[in-house]
Amino acid sequence: MPESMEILNALTLFANFVLVPGLAYGSQLALGALGVTLVFGILRFANFAHGDLMAFGTMVTILVTWWLQSMGVSISPLPTALLALPIGILVTAIFSILVDRSVFRFYRIKKSAPVILTIASIGVMFMMNAIVRFVIGPNDQQFYDGDKFLLGAREFKKMTGLDEGLSIRYTQVLTLAVTILVVIALFWFLQRSRTGKAMRAFSDNENLALLSGINPDRVVLITWIIAAALATTAGVLYGMDKSFKPFTYFQLLLPIFAAAIVGGIGHPVGAVVGGYVVAFSEVMVTYAYKKVFIYIFPENWQPDGLAQLLSTDYKFAVSFIILVVVLLIRPTGLFKGKVI
Amino acid sequence: MSYLIGENITGGYGGMDILNDLTISVDKGEIAVIVGPNGAGKSTAMKALLGMLDLRKGKVLLGGKDITNLTPQARVGEGIAFVPQTQNVFTSMTVQENLEMGAFLRCDDITETMEQIYELFPILKTKRKQAAGELSGGQRQQVAVGRAMMTQPSVLMLDEPTAGVSPIVMDELFDRIIEVRNTGVAVLMVEQNARQALEIADRGYVLVTGSNRFTDTGAALLADPEVRKSFLGG
Repeated sequence: MPESMEILNALTLFANFVLVPGLAYGSQLALGALGVTLVFGILRFANFAHGDLMAFGTMVTILVTWWLQSMGVSISPLPTALLALPIGILVTAIFSILVDRSVFRFYRIKKSAPVILTIASIGVMFMMNAIVRFVIGPNDQQFYDGDKFLLGAREFKKMTGLDEGLSIRYTQVLTLAVTILVVIALFWFLQRSRTGKAMRAFSDNENLALLSGINPDRVVLITWIIAAALATTAGVLYGMDKSFKPFTYFQLLLPIFAAAIVGGIGHPVGAVVGGYVVAFSEVMVTYAYKKVFIYIFPENWQPDGLAQLLSTDYKFAVSFIILVVVLLIRPTGLFKGKVI
Repeated sequence: MSYLIGENITGGYGGMDILNDLTISVDKGEIAVIVGPNGAGKSTAMKALLGMLDLRKGKVLLGGKDITNLTPQARVGEGIAFVPQTQNVFTSMTVQENLEMGAFLRCDDITETMEQIYELFPILKTKRKQAAGELSGGQRQQVAVGRAMMTQPSVLMLDEPTAGVSPIVMDELFDRIIEVRNTGVAVLMVEQNARQALEIADRGYVLVTGSNRFTDTGAALLADPEVRKSFLGG
């Protein structure tokens, strides 16, 4: 049946260039947005330094990875970075607690308006940005040393007899698996554990939480530890999947905030959903559908151009448009988060 | 001597004094009610006892111990529970989680206390998996009181517990508050519905411009023609 073959070919193309990359990218955004949303929900300000916190955590992880590699440590076929990740998280957590102690706590005690904390976070962002460039440099770094393909395009073609190939990289599978684990662990922590419930109570109603005897310093401390862990994990997964470049991480701030706001800022489920919404919007709008159309439409229906809605150069416009539309139409986001 | 005493309190929120030489006390197994016109400093008086106010003069005693310099959180640890007038539940959390948060300071088993609260407020047991923000006004107040009771406090302070609930719900809430008193807790509340509140009060304080105007049992205040004329609408 040539008809169904055509459709299968089209689907394979779509899966290869939209579905699989979208899932991986969406997971990375979801982890980033979770960190932003947690800080917003509990510390009550939009932390613009989150992108650079991701860069910092990834930098530490890369340095530890290099050191491990020089010592000859390897967990092939898995990447060495996975072994370095816990150390990266630890260092980043200590670093963000130090930043909180030296910058954000001052404004918290003064009970400054959230916008002042946000502006302080922009200062922190530049500082972290500079530290990262000082230490590791502004250039691209490749640090992924695991196996490349779980499923190669050629193998897939041989297996199925289709004209189009589907390739799945290990980094994509790893990203998805780690994201699922982290999200499950985080939700379990927030919903079931005593400390997690105290954090939700603090986010819901700070005064009543204080009246109930919840220790605010502890809640702030744990929030930073979790935010640092999420930022480092997201950054390392992104860096393994693509590459590590400090400037790219700074730019990730926009889709991450878009994701957090689409889902409803302060709402963890919203952050995860928002991550995938933004990622798929970006990938789908910038993908050239010409080849897909060739398979599914009759010859005289073929488009002349690439059937690409937006050049990849403009992918950041997608996050921007989503952000503006959501803030205009539904400022609380999909899951009724807080209004900024 | 009463269990909780605020003695000759003078102070405000930093600027002008709102309270002037005010004395308020409540004993275990008693309901004390603070009433008075708007702006008399009723809620401020309660906040002074809770430690949310700068006191220039006077002291606060709990069971004979001077707690004037303790923070509100420390007073919660000493056995004072407070139900604010508004935003007194965690709206995004379930009823049961609200109660758990109330008992946050306790390290022992809280299931028994929770059962007692479900007995006192049976509706909360049927709604225990529901978010507190989805409940009606009266049910929310029950959650708020229940949350405060989870610490097994010796003093329960309520800031206008019946604000914004229907008269039927108000009667029911007052019945519950009487039951709480009967377990030996000292109950202190500020009330807008002065007449109904004084009916259940063992002690009543009528405040005017931050000072004691009349102090007596609830029944005596209700019978006093001057109090009736000035504060209870005849």
